[in-house]
Amino acid sequence: MMSGSRSAGLRQARVRTAWLFLAPSLLVLTGVALWPLGRTFLFSFTDALLTEPDFYSYVGFDNYRALFEDPLWWQSVRNTLYFTVISVSIETVLGLTIALLLNSHIAGRGVMRAIILIPWSIPVVVSARMWQWMLHDQFGIVNHVLKLAGLIETGVAWTANSALVMPVIIAVDVWITTPFMVLLILAGLSMLPRGIYEAASIDGVPAWKQFTSLTLPLLAPSIAVAVLFRLLDALRMFDLSYVLSSNSDDTKTVSIYAREVLVNFQDMGVGSAASTAVFLMIALVTAIYVTVFRLNRRLMGV
Amino acid sequence: MVRSNTGRRLHRIAIYALFGIVALYTLFPFYWMIASSLKSGQAIFDVTFLPDLKFNNYQAILSDGVFLRSLLNSLIVAFSVVALSLLLAVGAAYALGRIDFRGRSPIMLLVLAVSMFPQIALLSGLFEMIRWLGLYNTIGSLIFAYMIFTLPFNIWVLTTFMRDLPKQIEEAAIMDGCSPLRIVRCIFLPMMGPALISTGLLAFIASWNEFMFALTFILTDENRTVPVAIALISGSSRYEFPYGAIMAASTIVTVPLIVLALLFQKHIVSGLTAGAVKG
Repeated sequence: MMSGSRSAGLRQARVRTAWLFLAPSLLVLTGVALWPLGRTFLFSFTDALLTEPDFYSYVGFDNYRALFEDPLWWQSVRNTLYFTVISVSIETVLGLTIALLLNSHIAGRGVMRAIILIPWSIPVVVSARMWQWMLHDQFGIVNHVLKLAGLIETGVAWTANSALVMPVIIAVDVWITTPFMVLLILAGLSMLPRGIYEAASIDGVPAWKQFTSLTLPLLAPSIAVAVLFRLLDALRMFDLSYVLSSNSDDTKTVSIYAREVLVNFQDMGVGSAASTAVFLMIALVTAIYVTVFRLNRRLMGV
Repeated sequence: MVRSNTGRRLHRIAIYALFGIVALYTLFPFYWMIASSLKSGQAIFDVTFLPDLKFNNYQAILSDGVFLRSLLNSLIVAFSVVALSLLLAVGAAYALGRIDFRGRSPIMLLVLAVSMFPQIALLSGLFEMIRWLGLYNTIGSLIFAYMIFTLPFNIWVLTTFMRDLPKQIEEAAIMDGCSPLRIVRCIFLPMMGPALISTGLLAFIASWNEFMFALTFILTDENRTVPVAIALISGSSRYEFPYGAIMAASTIVTVPLIVLALLFQKHIVSGLTAGAVKG
């Protein structure tokens, strides 16, 4: 009886402690994420200006109408989706290949793992500037080498040519983020059971068959999670396009579009509507992806 | 499967050749950045693979008070974000990982959802909040704003870490009537070294590299952080042909990260995969 009420008291004290320890974090998360998200949503139905956000009136869906009638918005959506699909696909295939390569037991793979971490860990701005210089039309090393090899006669304007700038941005993104893919897939590879490979080898299953019928299905969940992380990242891409080809409509992403309307045109209403649309777009893609992924898992019986 | 010696040797050579290609592809841009930063004046226009070892660009960029100021700003922001996000996250992780209470799962779900928020979706609301707090055009705005991508991640990783520790370790302390603060400080913190290093490093890298908030919430040069400073160096303003200066500045900003990446490779990777695999 005594101990019962004492432990109940203890439990209550523990629950109080939990809320006390959580309070600062919850306060900060509310201030930095939940409240701003709600305010952005609210602003998207107003005619507020960035310079005087306190004076506004509600305008219903006018901002969304303006947004959806702007061809540049739809081009940004297309650019973003194109960039996301192509770059994430290349990164996944390349990441898987390099991960399998690094997974072989061979001297020097520790050094390789350290090396491939570097492009991922430096600022995207620096990577963009670095490639901008290498791709410079007059003095860049890429054009220099291509000229030496006799492939081109005059320097290619890689980031000024509207047909080339998106492929260039995708190529630089592949350089930056393939390491991330490699590391996540490597982590997945290290969790695969060794025993089945020995059994398969003894049974004389050829190496490529081991890959398609053992490695790939077992690795699928790890790859799926890595791809989800990359998708979320690619859909909100900002830095790379902004630095490498600022103001080019050919590579304008939805994030750049929304910030431009908000900050450069000071139009808080339409800017917030664009932000909200980006939020909904990413939420939708995530929801679809997670649903499909779960379906896959069930189908595979994992 | 028994393979002949020559076959095995060929296999090895092929793998090392691929290693070489991947390493070249990864590292050459860095080499070129450093080599270009060490060429002075007209030399940058000549494509020579060996650097000049002239430090003019570094002199120029380091005697420029604005760049040094942004370097200092970046350091202050990154260290403050690491300290603040870890302090808050350890408390939250103790509550979420060690105490069973109603509301635990919804809060975990909330933390996970917040970590997926795209930054752009918060921009106008955050702008208003930062003005209201009086932080506009101060590095305080960035320390505050960077909680959005460091705090949820740190809470998530540290919670899973704490939850996996055995139950017994704190039972005696609870029975002895130790205060929760003391339990966290004396029992958990010493065991959490690796997890704190991983999450701290990732928070440092993310804050050091962030661009969009830094571009938006800072108005004047002396309050900028380095990514924005580097993005804004252009030919029309202070430097005629800017790439020597840009490459020198980029090298200065990148070196600490490369050192961190090489020294703490295992910690960074385990932090990344802890976030991804368990998240």
